[in-house]
Amino acid sequence: MFRLLSDPAPDGVMLSLDGRSVLVPPGISLAAAALIAGLLPTRRTAVSGAPRAPYCMIGVCYDCLMEVDGVANVQACLTPVRPGMAACTQRGLDAAGHV
Amino acid sequence: MSEPYDLAVIGAGPAGAAAAVQAAALGLRVGVLDEQQTPGGLLYHSVTRSPLPRDGVLDDSYWEGAPLMQALLHSGAEYLPRSSVWNIDRDGGIGVTRDGQAQIVHARHVLLATGAIERPHPFPGWTLPGVMTAGAAQVLLKGAGAVPSSRVVLAGTGPLLLLAATQLLRAGATIMALLDMAPPGANLRAAGYLPRALQAPGYLSKGLALLGAIRRARAPVLRGARHLRATGTDRLEAVEFVARGRRRHIPADLLLVHVGVIPNTVFTRLLRIEHEWNARQRCWQPVSDEWGRTSLPLLSLAGDGAGIQGGWAATHGGRLAALDAARALGRINRAERDHLAVADRRALRRHRAIRPFLDTYFRPPSWLDDAAPDTVLCRCEEVTVGDVRVAVARGSRDPNQVKAVTRCGMGPCQSRQCGQPLAQLVAAETGMPEHAIPLHRLRAPLRPLSIGELAALQTRDAA
Repeated sequence: MFRLLSDPAPDGVMLSLDGRSVLVPPGISLAAAALIAGLLPTRRTAVSGAPRAPYCMIGVCYDCLMEVDGVANVQACLTPVRPGMAACTQRGLDAAGHV
Repeated sequence: MSEPYDLAVIGAGPAGAAAAVQAAALGLRVGVLDEQQTPGGLLYHSVTRSPLPRDGVLDDSYWEGAPLMQALLHSGAEYLPRSSVWNIDRDGGIGVTRDGQAQIVHARHVLLATGAIERPHPFPGWTLPGVMTAGAAQVLLKGAGAVPSSRVVLAGTGPLLLLAATQLLRAGATIMALLDMAPPGANLRAAGYLPRALQAPGYLSKGLALLGAIRRARAPVLRGARHLRATGTDRLEAVEFVARGRRRHIPADLLLVHVGVIPNTVFTRLLRIEHEWNARQRCWQPVSDEWGRTSLPLLSLAGDGAGIQGGWAATHGGRLAALDAARALGRINRAERDHLAVADRRALRRHRAIRPFLDTYFRPPSWLDDAAPDTVLCRCEEVTVGDVRVAVARGSRDPNQVKAVTRCGMGPCQSRQCGQPLAQLVAAETGMPEHAIPLHRLRAPLRPLSIGELAALQTRDAA
């Protein structure tokens, strides 16, 4: 959904998004990385399983919550990318309606 | 417990940075707590490390923030990025989490420079992936050098919407349409404020330049757009709206909505200081004087968090608040404060002259016009407009009561998004004026805290 205006190499950061390796510029937020990589949605809600993705990008809406290195409910828009970071879509409810 | 700061500044946008630089120059021990990784706030987001080239996409109104942010980094103030504040108590104790560690820092005086948030505007489909705010697209551009890669529609009203449109066009985005949702006749009503607006420096010429850039790019502008709706299953597929009496449908991958900004009032409401309804800007704002002083002696405000005046005014307001804080702390006397404040007070008066014109010209449309019963109001708890109407029909009379019945505002964002729309909906349903329905009552922690963070906090305090 978003593309980079310039190539992230050579000082790019490699991270894993839902198991896929992605190279992004250093210092950007995890939410930006997910949008650049086309990872949508970035979470499913715990109430109805509805799809969500980063909305405000400034830490207000809490819709960019992702699971980062095993920790749930991380605000991706306020979290800088780190080399080796493993982030994945946060699943509130599964297809069967279970938390 | 560590040595208290003389002045803790919350927020490192233009107001907070200017205040910290001024206060440090007067010899105060200053701490600056900011959520972001680098200073700049929203206006100057990432300005000290932006991956964008200096010429091209963003104009001087962005890059002019770099010297101030560099000055902050070299001011002697202790700058603490990635700091999420979750409590401020009335004695100057500040609960903050930084890099996963919660702690309480203390300050003799606290300056809130927490800025604005984009005005929440619920409409059918606004929770779909692919719907974002225009400010969010600016953050992606400034902070990550990222630009929308496919079909974009912009909708709403306000200077920021026009600015974002021109920035995206210059960055090579494909704008399918710009939906102007300003209520009819707003520009005519604003014309009466033009003479006064001419006293304010730079605004009108900048506005005309933005409109010219959009016209030259031949981006389709559709005026009088209403009844906005985003459709799609797992992500945005199309934008629907009514313009000139016709229902329109535009396939799109990204919808950027913006209907102006409102003060971020979570801390001032937590601290229970007085707030007032700003009828022209249609928002609540904390009550403060020209020095940013509030009814709580150790608390001052500066920048858009004290009432929307824009980034240029914010630097002046920040310095004035810092000067008065230095007076309150006994560092300078009243005469010294007044002497040092002359230029900023004069500049602030000139910047204020633009507000009646801008606020009237860009009066926000009412989100209630676009709402359907199934419109999600509370994004966190997925409470709909219809749910709230039922709660009000059964006797709930204010946002706190609606929250208790429906969970509206009880999720992790703590009503940052649904708070003002809920108050407006309750007003509409009960037949009360907007200013008669206050926002949710807030309680700490204002950010979700893990049990581990809290436990570690108590251990350190006991040690």
